[in-house]
Amino acid sequence: MHIPDGYLSPSTCAVLYAAAATGWYSALKRLKRMLLTRVVPLISVFAAFSFVVMMFNLPLPGGTTGHALGVTIATIVLGPSGGILAISIALVIQALFFGDGGISTLGANCFNMAIIGSLVAYGSYRMIAAGSSITSRRRVVSAAIAGYLAVNAAALVAAIEFGIQPMLFHDARGTPLYAPYPLSIAIPAMMIGHLTFAGLAEAVITAGVVAYLQAADPALLLSTSGLAGGESLTLRPASGSLRRLWIAVAALMLLTPLGILAAGTAWGEWSPSQLAKTGVVKVQVSKSANHPSPAAVPAGLQKLATLWTAPFPAYAPSFVRSRAFGYLLSAMFAVGFLLAASLFLHRFLPRRGRTEYSG
Amino acid sequence: MKRGFLESTFVGFARVVTRAMISEETARRRGLLQALDPRVRVVGLFSLVLAVTLSRKISVVVALLTVAVAIAILSRVSLFVLVKRVWLVVLGFTAVIAVPAIFVTPGDPVATFGFLTITEQGLRTAAMLILRVETAVTFTTLLILCTPWTHVLKALRAFRLPKEAIAMLAMTHRYVFLLVETASQMLESRRSRTVGILKPAAQRRMAARTAGVLLSKSIELSNEVYLAMQSRGFRGDIQILSDFRLDAWDYLGLTAFLLAGGLAVWMGR
Repeated sequence: MHIPDGYLSPSTCAVLYAAAATGWYSALKRLKRMLLTRVVPLISVFAAFSFVVMMFNLPLPGGTTGHALGVTIATIVLGPSGGILAISIALVIQALFFGDGGISTLGANCFNMAIIGSLVAYGSYRMIAAGSSITSRRRVVSAAIAGYLAVNAAALVAAIEFGIQPMLFHDARGTPLYAPYPLSIAIPAMMIGHLTFAGLAEAVITAGVVAYLQAADPALLLSTSGLAGGESLTLRPASGSLRRLWIAVAALMLLTPLGILAAGTAWGEWSPSQLAKTGVVKVQVSKSANHPSPAAVPAGLQKLATLWTAPFPAYAPSFVRSRAFGYLLSAMFAVGFLLAASLFLHRFLPRRGRTEYSG
Repeated sequence: MKRGFLESTFVGFARVVTRAMISEETARRRGLLQALDPRVRVVGLFSLVLAVTLSRKISVVVALLTVAVAIAILSRVSLFVLVKRVWLVVLGFTAVIAVPAIFVTPGDPVATFGFLTITEQGLRTAAMLILRVETAVTFTTLLILCTPWTHVLKALRAFRLPKEAIAMLAMTHRYVFLLVETASQMLESRRSRTVGILKPAAQRRMAARTAGVLLSKSIELSNEVYLAMQSRGFRGDIQILSDFRLDAWDYLGLTAFLLAGGLAVWMGR
């Protein structure tokens, strides 16, 4: 899952560096509230531990082997902020010292594996293990599921990053300039390996380490358990640092109308009505290396065009006149939907200190 | 023979240590990159990586690969190491990804084999991907091979990274080798007590237990490091010595790097 240089366009890399930087800033800000002298060696040694665990070549059921990412165990012990920083540091060292993963794609790799991985691991672990005692078997199962979900979520985000490349970045003749496969190929190709081997490797190592810690060192599991007395290493979400994330989200939403500044229609994304227009045909001919467009709209395209209508066709609801406003409204709808979904999930997370430590 | 968990993990550990040793040895040689200020090396090679990703023409990427080989020769980097560690490895994993694109990318047909059609666009995108990755990884590897890690870290300060981040990167690097050594000893001791072939389930338990013990040891180590830092009077204020000075050659080198990168971006539009 370590994306090398050359697979993603520089603009994709820049956006993902910005997204990763927001995550790093937020995580560092939260950690600074703890004693800095304690945090620096803790995160450093944990990053080194994650680096070593990534080298474990685990035998998996079915006779294959796989490497774990280590993000889930880092998140369970350190909390999401600690997990984000420890895995990011391990990834930076892999890229800059061992050449695993690119430099331009370092932001993307940290965003996928450290940030998405940690947040999904934390959310799913807290939700599934909610209310269970430190030594309960449910915690081991939760750790395994959290590991499986975290790795697959990171892989899915990486697959989407790959899949949008040919759509956005191609030359005049339609040659993809970066990762060549569209979403319909990139997502299944990426997910098959992760749904089977990589996800399983992370699940096996996380569950095994949590089971070991339950017997040998249960105090290390307290910080993200949601149980009373576990605040020592927990990095509580603070509205102040979250505010910056909201500002970043709002800024991205406001920038969405920039999408309409791109001249013409995306190559190969013409609707039947656009295909029939002479003005569009001229643009197509120039973009298609002078291959003429069909004289009439192909019957198959006409037939399939009515099969599925997106809720917000072409990102602009029909009742909106301004395309910029339509873009913005679509972005707000999408963000609103995601926020509602996360609030719904948050509703089911346990409140701190509701249950007592019984391990 | 298929290697088990113990053997294959040992191989991984050995690779890390070998790579670090090769880097140290190459960084001590007297060559072009080694003579430049580490900040110039980092900024210069990063800008060439950026030029590789920005270029839209295969010919420009090939020209940049030639520049990379020339820098390697002038920096006394073994081409054998580059072939073995970069070019063959990258070719291996990128070709697997790029080759199907020759057939599935829509475009102008070049040749047809039964139900498979090779398109011109497919050939170009596959060649572009492989060349881009090869060239970018070569530049990154040149930086790694010719610059000691401590110098890379100091150079990163030029990018205005927080001091805490630099301190954590420095400490992590140091403890990676200590923990690799600790894990190796744990696995070695387990192997010396193992007779016969372990079943996969037993190997998984062993891996998880080793990782668990390593985690406990890491936490203990961080406590010890914390106390050692306290004993030396550390109060959270991180000081990093920056004694690099740019001379005329460094400015010349930086200008050459930026000119080459800028020219490649302009020609590869």
